[in-house]
Amino acid sequence: MRKISRLGAEAKLGWALVSPALAVIALIAIFPLGWTFWESLHLHELRMPWLGKPFIGLANYVEIAKDPRFWAALGHTAFFTMASISLELMIGLFLALAMNRVFRGRGFVRAAVLVPWAIPTVVAALLWRFIFESQGGILNAMLVHLGLLKEPMVWFIEAKTAWVPVILADVWKTTPFVALLLLAGLQNIDLTLYEAAAVDGANGWWQLRHITLPLLKPAILVTLIFRTLDGFRVFDLIYVLTGGGPGTSTEPVALYTFNALLQNLRFGYGSALSVVIFAITFALALFYVRGLGVRL
Amino acid sequence: MAGGPREVVGRTTPRRATPVKWGTWIFGAALALLMIFTLFPFHWAIVASFTPDAALFRDPSLIPTQVIFDHYRALFTDRDFIAPIRNSLVVAGTTTLFCLVVGTLAAYALARIEFRGKAAIMAFILAVTMFPQISIVSPLYLLLRSLHLIDTYPGLIMPYMTFAMPLTVWVLTGSIRQIPKDLEEAAHVDGASRRQSFTKILLPLAVPSLATTGILTFIYCWNEFLFALSFTLGPERQTVPVAIALFRGQYQVPWGEILAAAVVATAPVAGLVLVFQRRIVQGLTAGAVKG
Repeated sequence: MRKISRLGAEAKLGWALVSPALAVIALIAIFPLGWTFWESLHLHELRMPWLGKPFIGLANYVEIAKDPRFWAALGHTAFFTMASISLELMIGLFLALAMNRVFRGRGFVRAAVLVPWAIPTVVAALLWRFIFESQGGILNAMLVHLGLLKEPMVWFIEAKTAWVPVILADVWKTTPFVALLLLAGLQNIDLTLYEAAAVDGANGWWQLRHITLPLLKPAILVTLIFRTLDGFRVFDLIYVLTGGGPGTSTEPVALYTFNALLQNLRFGYGSALSVVIFAITFALALFYVRGLGVRL
Repeated sequence: MAGGPREVVGRTTPRRATPVKWGTWIFGAALALLMIFTLFPFHWAIVASFTPDAALFRDPSLIPTQVIFDHYRALFTDRDFIAPIRNSLVVAGTTTLFCLVVGTLAAYALARIEFRGKAAIMAFILAVTMFPQISIVSPLYLLLRSLHLIDTYPGLIMPYMTFAMPLTVWVLTGSIRQIPKDLEEAAHVDGASRRQSFTKILLPLAVPSLATTGILTFIYCWNEFLFALSFTLGPERQTVPVAIALFRGQYQVPWGEILAAAVVATAPVAGLVLVFQRRIVQGLTAGAVKG
């Protein structure tokens, strides 16, 4: 009897301690989420207050489905996410394998890669914009000097070339994070497996393919989740690097939504866009967790 | 790195005699290239922040030819860059402190007390850390507007809790779980109450965890852009990232000043990371992978 009541008291204490944090999260994150949905069912143009805020059902969603700029933005976001993540996984895996080895200067490498991760994304974007900026900029000067380019290029004038700095900057900024997650996975691998393989005469490549990669799969999947969701909400980087331009040719969904909300003050439509982004992110997370069986 | 019997026991992957050298060379070269890629933007930004604007896009030189301090001077005299730094410190500092106090209680419960619904709470918190910020910009804007909190400190601190609180709880829970329970259990046997074992034993042991978590939360708040851009109106309450992103010159982009500002904004975070790199890595991965 005493044991049970003690357990009950424990549970009460547990909930009591957790509840302030949960209340904060519910009040400022979950409640607004519901509000976004409610808002998305209305016509709400802050520019035209005389229209009031009439309920229009799913009309905003119908407009989204027919909005070419939204579909283009969705395509840009998907392209950006896939291109940057595949590069980040490859380079991150290499870095993780490197940091898992013993060599002189390992501490330096680890510190050096952590700095891009820690600085503001806005700053990272500015650094890369500055490198690619102007025909007289440093990158053009170097490429011409090395004979890789005949003439300096204007990188930001065309969508095709404007993606280069965007993706490079993202790879530069987030590969450290990827490498760290993978390194944590690598350090959980039992070293005796390698010893046994070495005794059997297996070389480094064989070990990488048949021991490291299979056992690293959970860590790779976790990384993939985090990065996919990050990629889908990309905002700062593109806002600063290209502003979504030229035109709207590099505009991601988050930027389009931001513009609908705070540039055009279309709160109903912008909220519907927000809900769509949330739904896509949620579906992606669900797909990873249920479909691929990632255990977090 | 030759595949001698001793190496087999170590961390390095054993290799055979001939491929070893090639492998090591390629490995070294690739790593060196990556390091250049990583460090080059910093080098160029620092050099450029000391270079006259006129020389930045005409025959730019990687080695400083002429060092001037005008950009830094302009930053603090013409632009009052102190204001965004103060705003960022206030907002990030307050958010971090509040999250640490409230988050420690929650993390203690999640790490040390057995109760039903715990797994669900953890899953919920993780889910919240992942949801896109843009999806709550519109209601937060309307809410802050109706409370007249647009362009104020509370108007930033409140939205910042949405990502800072789950992050703090998540990382701190992972971190406290790694602290051995023995001492607390021994104290219980000796008749200590929960409150005593928490304040007298766990809390002192958890100071490093709190510090790491605090640093992480602070960095996230310091770097945040979308909310700060959406909920401030002018230079008075703008945070550092917003101020830098919206730098405008009279006729052209003031790159020298922008880069000087970037150096100033980056230095504190870079310093924190370099000093605490080992702990930060532990905190990040404990939260992310083993949770």
